[in-house]
Amino acid sequence: MKRRDFLDWLFWISGTTVGAFVLYPVVRYLVPPEMPEAATRRVNAARGDELAPGAFKIFPFGGEPGILIRNPDGSYRAFSAVCTHLGCTVQYRPGERMIWCACHDGFYDLEGRNVSGPPPRPLERYDVHLAGDEVVVEKAQTA
Amino acid sequence: MGSVREWLRDRLGLDEIQHLVEKKDVPVHRHSFWYYWGGMTLFLFGVQVVTGILLLLYYRASADEAYESVRFLMTQVSFGWLIRSIHSWSANLMIGAAMIHMFSTFLMKSYRTPREVTWLSGMVLLGLSMAFGFSGYLLPWNQLAFFATKVGTDIVGAVPGVGHFLLRFLRGGDQITGGTLTRFFGFHVAILPAVTTLILGMHLYLVQRHGMSVPPSVEQGPTPPPRMKFVPNFLLRDMVGWLAALGLLALLAALFPWELGIKADPYVPAPAGIKPEWYFGWMFQTLRMLPSHILGLEGELVGILGIGLAGMVWLVVPFLDDVRGIGPRARFWRIVGVIAILYVTVFTLMVYRGGTP
Repeated sequence: MKRRDFLDWLFWISGTTVGAFVLYPVVRYLVPPEMPEAATRRVNAARGDELAPGAFKIFPFGGEPGILIRNPDGSYRAFSAVCTHLGCTVQYRPGERMIWCACHDGFYDLEGRNVSGPPPRPLERYDVHLAGDEVVVEKAQTA
Repeated sequence: MGSVREWLRDRLGLDEIQHLVEKKDVPVHRHSFWYYWGGMTLFLFGVQVVTGILLLLYYRASADEAYESVRFLMTQVSFGWLIRSIHSWSANLMIGAAMIHMFSTFLMKSYRTPREVTWLSGMVLLGLSMAFGFSGYLLPWNQLAFFATKVGTDIVGAVPGVGHFLLRFLRGGDQITGGTLTRFFGFHVAILPAVTTLILGMHLYLVQRHGMSVPPSVEQGPTPPPRMKFVPNFLLRDMVGWLAALGLLALLAALFPWELGIKADPYVPAPAGIKPEWYFGWMFQTLRMLPSHILGLEGELVGILGIGLAGMVWLVVPFLDDVRGIGPRARFWRIVGVIAILYVTVFTLMVYRGGTP
């Protein structure tokens, strides 16, 4: 190898190495640190007298929205409120007794099953029970 | 006075610039109208820069203060509503002008050799404009912006392989938070302007270097088309268009001031009738109409991959089309262009005609 070729080679290798050393921390810096998932398994979603039959409420559940629906018979059901299509927050339409995502017209039935529109999967269902005057929502044991 | 001019001339090379300006001319033919749209896009970009800098004087980029600072700007600051409305309307008109520029360039086959890189840089500029629109939309921190950002970043997140990385990079975490707002502000006022300045400089240099392209139908004519001096003839015509655009902006801002909406709250449902800015409409409508599963794959994934593939093909058309711009291959790509225009137009209109159930 000629001296000039060797120096050319050395120039590019050392330049690339310096570039990589500069870029690596920058790229790592751009990506936010993984925050450990809040270990929320149960939350007080509403007071017992807060929702009339047929009404619903969006409540925070471990950093994500959940939806609590009061059935006409006074019982409750709760799901993750994150649409399985593109992550919008769903709402309850009492007229049709359906859960609806306004972003792309996705519909779920009251079992959380995706029944129409683009959502590819059902909503995650949560357990609901009453504890005194509080409606407590809990991640299902299998979830 | 004369000596000052001479002093500057020697130091700045004004003679060379004057020579360049005198030499520049534009072909005149029946499609010359479409030459004005690049300059129109540039003018509206200038409006964006000026109004954007003015907005920066009052805007505060945090989830606690962003909405309130925009409300203050619109209700308390003299002409604050006007500056913000012009910024928002001009953004929309700019992307509209850029799209007209792109489609007319496509149909006139201006991307042919040696202008392939001009086309590529223009496409990058359109992408940057849409990124400006997407990042700027979140900054007032209102409900519509919150969900538009949620959906938009979720779409990026669905890209196979790198999706999760990109989603976290854009959001600054797993959720849309104040951290996302700060990031988008940084993209909008620092990163995107810096990259745009570079690419725009390159695009303008290439337009200057290669001159205006003449469409194949005119190129095949018996005589070359006559030419018009850029300065002052073409530039004055350009300025008539810019003045009209400024009038339209003032009219739109006065009659339809840009709304602020309701402050973002992660714990309310997406509002009924939610839709993205019109230039994302055709993609929104495509994703909305796809079924949940296609051939065993999730519909959204098929849609995102399809749109990405179509975009890639659109980008490399200069390398696929006939260099002369005539013959069956050229005809094929012209038909593709017409279909693309129809698809984008019809699907965009459907967003506004379709409504919600």
